[in-house]
Amino acid sequence: MVNAWTVASIVAVVAGVVGFFTVLRGSTFVAHAIPNGSFAGAAGASLIGLSTLVGLAVFSLGGAVTIGLLSRRGRHDVATALALVMMLGLGALFLSFSSEYAPEVYSLLFGEVLGISTNDVGPTAILAAVCVLAVVALYRPLMLSSVLPEVGQARGVSSFAMEMAFLIVLALATTMTVPVVGTLLIFSLMIGAPATARSFTDRPLVAMGLSVAIALVIVWVAIAASYTTNYPVGFFVGTASAASYTLGRAWTALRNRRGIAPELIPAST
Amino acid sequence: MSPFPGSIFAPGFFASGPVHLALGVGALVAVVAGAVGVFTVMRGQSFAGEAFGDLGTTGGAGAYLVGIGPLWGFVVGNVIAAGAMEAIGIQRARGRDLATGIVLGAGIGLAALFLYLDTTQHNTTGAVVTILFGSVFAISSSTLPLILLLSAVVLAITLTLYRPLLLSSVSAEMAAARGIPVRVVGAVYLLALALAAALAAITIGTILSTALLVGPAASALRLTRRPLTALLTAAGIGVATMWLGILLAYDSYEWPPTGRGWPVSFFVVTLVFLIYLLSGVPEAARRRRPGRPRGAPRDARAMTPG
Repeated sequence: MVNAWTVASIVAVVAGVVGFFTVLRGSTFVAHAIPNGSFAGAAGASLIGLSTLVGLAVFSLGGAVTIGLLSRRGRHDVATALALVMMLGLGALFLSFSSEYAPEVYSLLFGEVLGISTNDVGPTAILAAVCVLAVVALYRPLMLSSVLPEVGQARGVSSFAMEMAFLIVLALATTMTVPVVGTLLIFSLMIGAPATARSFTDRPLVAMGLSVAIALVIVWVAIAASYTTNYPVGFFVGTASAASYTLGRAWTALRNRRGIAPELIPAST
Repeated sequence: MSPFPGSIFAPGFFASGPVHLALGVGALVAVVAGAVGVFTVMRGQSFAGEAFGDLGTTGGAGAYLVGIGPLWGFVVGNVIAAGAMEAIGIQRARGRDLATGIVLGAGIGLAALFLYLDTTQHNTTGAVVTILFGSVFAISSSTLPLILLLSAVVLAITLTLYRPLLLSSVSAEMAAARGIPVRVVGAVYLLALALAAALAAITIGTILSTALLVGPAASALRLTRRPLTALLTAAGIGVATMWLGILLAYDSYEWPPTGRGWPVSFFVVTLVFLIYLLSGVPEAARRRRPGRPRGAPRDARAMTPG
């Protein structure tokens, strides 16, 4: 139980930090595609007897690079969709080769946070540190190229390099989080918390901090609820994320009605 | 097993009932997905298309739980999801992916609960994989009327809306200036996309639903700038990849390692992916030729009549 709290809190911090840029860049689809597709790597790794983490890393990094390269010559969402289905197709192939995988599919997709052992804490913490350090190191150029790509280009910040760097950070975050909260649910944590945070503040660092705080609360509530009800933790993460976003939207609407007329507020995006 | 080890058509391919049904339904779904998909790609709504495939799973798992037909679950689940996305604000290009993402996240959370309840109450884990991956060989002929009805509804919406939809997909401002209710057209289109994805997800699985919705249409739009040609090309590519995929999957029953056959979805996805890569070749070659400005605005070119 202590392990679950520790690892899930680490995951929430990373999801809050990386998710902030995901929402800022409008990369929601990629944040869905990379974790979702990388589960094929776990299936493949179990087939040839490798560690799940290695399989996840290979597929999430491979997916990130594929999406980055395909996007240069085509529509971004098309590239993401096709990279995703290609990974899932491989996943279906790997699954068809092994017969006793079905229950594990479920836990990989939806997470098994209560089954975390002490051995999982180390790798998760290291990968999390790498992710957060990468975001800190890239903070200024990544921010510039996310908000004002043209200005960034003019100042010598390559949009392509930033996109690639961001995708790789996303892939690393995926690798560490998927075994904990599942491929499908890391996504709602990465989207729900930062999107909520942005309803409350326009200042980037405050929003990032708030996003981490919201992600932590969601995860803690979800684990406690899952522990008492025995329902899957993913259900609570998913619904709590959507609920927090709804609250954020309600707050924005309320503030706009009470304060200055909305058309006088400069567009924040 | 086979007396003709090298033959392309394994014996029994054309005599098998499930194969006939798979070929027929596969082609129908590929045509519907191709027609809807051209607009999905033009409007940049691939994520919504993919999300509906997954959200259908939520409906399917819920339907399994209460014991009604899964296709109804897929349809109802997706229609509710489309309404939620529209309410959150999918019509604005900027917040579009976020709206899709929030709804998808909540939907997957519900799917986790439904599947958990399915497995604890019905004591089967196989249901999870069946619902998540689907199989074109597992279509039962009793669902055929509903499949036909859904296809007809989706195609009817797409063809009725063809002109206003095309204009508002290319340029929302221009469409609004001509008096087209852009938001209504967008909402009705979202409904058609939700129904098409439900149809595709239940018949050929969520993976192939996205693959056939996005892949053939994106390839066709790279090959031609005429919308109607693109629509027909997309449908053609979809049918061809689907049939070839089914054929290869049927053949693969004699392949290593298990002898239980390789999944259709793997073959179709691989073919779709390869076709997309190849469809970029003419454009790349054109770009390399001198005289054409590098990186000319894509949208402007797409708007000029071919």
